[in-house]
Amino acid sequence: MFGITLRTFTTHLILILGAVFMSAPVWVAFMSSTHDGETLFREGLQWWFGGHFIENYYEILFVEGGVMKKVTAVAMIGNSLILGIGFAVGKVVISMLAAYAIVYFRFRLAVPLFWVIFMTLLLPLEVRIIPSYEVVAGLGLLDTYTGLILPLIASATGTFFFRQFFRSVPEELLEAARLDGANAWRFFIDILVPISKTMIAAILIIMFVVGWNQYLWPLIMTTKEENYTLVIGIKQIYQVLSEGGELPQFQKAFALTIIATLPPVLVVLVFQNWFVQGLVESEK
Amino acid sequence: MKRVQFEHSAIPYFFIAPQIVIIAIFFLWPAGQAVYQSFLLEDAFGLSSRFVWFRNYSDTILTTAWLQAAQFTFIFSFLVTFFAMAIALLLAVKANEVIRGARTYKTTLMWAYAIAPPVAGLMGNLMFNPLIGDLYKFFNAIGWDFNHKLDGFDAGFVVILIAVWKQVSVNFIFFLSGLQGIPKSVTEAATLDCKSPTRRFWTIVFPLLAPTTFFLLVINITYAFFETFGIIDTTTVGAPGGATTTLVYKVYRDGFIGADLGGSAAQSVVLMIMVLALTVVQFRFIERKVHY
Repeated sequence: MFGITLRTFTTHLILILGAVFMSAPVWVAFMSSTHDGETLFREGLQWWFGGHFIENYYEILFVEGGVMKKVTAVAMIGNSLILGIGFAVGKVVISMLAAYAIVYFRFRLAVPLFWVIFMTLLLPLEVRIIPSYEVVAGLGLLDTYTGLILPLIASATGTFFFRQFFRSVPEELLEAARLDGANAWRFFIDILVPISKTMIAAILIIMFVVGWNQYLWPLIMTTKEENYTLVIGIKQIYQVLSEGGELPQFQKAFALTIIATLPPVLVVLVFQNWFVQGLVESEK
Repeated sequence: MKRVQFEHSAIPYFFIAPQIVIIAIFFLWPAGQAVYQSFLLEDAFGLSSRFVWFRNYSDTILTTAWLQAAQFTFIFSFLVTFFAMAIALLLAVKANEVIRGARTYKTTLMWAYAIAPPVAGLMGNLMFNPLIGDLYKFFNAIGWDFNHKLDGFDAGFVVILIAVWKQVSVNFIFFLSGLQGIPKSVTEAATLDCKSPTRRFWTIVFPLLAPTTFFLLVINITYAFFETFGIIDTTTVGAPGGATTTLVYKVYRDGFIGADLGGSAAQSVVLMIMVLALTVVQFRFIERKVHY
């Protein structure tokens, strides 16, 4: 009996330590964001609530000329949302269409085009970042949402996911649909899209998080402050902090990390089951 | 490929066109551009350029700075991959064992997936801030003369710690789903044959997890190579003295800050070859997996 209880005890102990390891930094960041700068400067990081929650968050969310010159966190939230949602929706639409063509049609260029799509899996944007910048600049798309989102969509993760899923769809569905006289477009919209609903939701969630968290590409291609996403705001505040100057505004840096973290974390927590399913399935 | 298919000549091209167009403009063109530029040398004003064969390669790859970055990248990737996977595996095994509180543990261990690397970087950076950081104070209090602004080893430690922290949750999710995929009958049969849970794990469960482990190995190496960019850029920025500069970070710095386009492109091409090599290894494995 004792052996079992000891084992259960260590199991829980390890899990609790793991949970603390994963959560403590965010907890401390959140708590420290509710204090004023002077307290942080004098006493260091904070482990419990302070009295400046509303004041700090109000300033960073709404007041111009704080850490950034013009842009407020609310504006950056807007940009991050556009990036996250635009990336997720764009990716789902484009990859569903492509996967549909690959799985349901016989056409001459199917194999070479499939390999072109496949190649994008091999080379992440990071390794071709500078030529990508030049191409987007050449097209006059710097500081636009199109230029921000499209290069990020040029990878095939979603296509493979839907290809996998469409292959598992029973053959009888298409036979039946054809007997009923459905054309290619009708079959896609009326049958394939509805039965893919869960898959679409799962991919949307993951891609939203991935899009929201994009860093290097937005960093390079946005030059105007009003186009900053929250994650780029993080870099700005990092620079302000490392330049020094007067009293460093640690509380605002902490508040911004919390604001940048909250939306994707909420999405993951609320849709936890879809998220796990989508993540595990999409990477197979 | 479906047995029953539509047979139209033009329609599939409409469906596949959006993806192909985007890939052509934003993938093929830049990738080709990188290869092309890697053979060119621009003059100081960027007005003209000439073809210089492999000079950009020999000028950048065979330098101490590049070799130092390569060395750091390999050590860094190895350590991040090892620790992020080991910690996640331990936690996944334990989370798979418990009944009480299983869901709470699962949630607290996986939600950090949603945090962006640079956000994790800034948080870590503040934890290690010499003025307010508890971790900075802690390591100095226990007698480690810790200063990540001056000491390359300490800076490496900071970057690795944050990179591991950020990656544990992804690995945890995959390991847990892998463990849950092992049939109950197998684990129960193993319990009858072998008393020691530790031995049971290494002889039965771990081999069954091999596909998950291998897959995660590739994911983690890719992560350490590329996605840690945001962590480095908000903590050490590759300093001190290039001690925490990864190959990707060097491509960015040389190209954007150093404005050495040819050299940066040459480095990109070398990186592409490395990633391709990694993928070939991955596919040979998947081919083997099919024959199980």
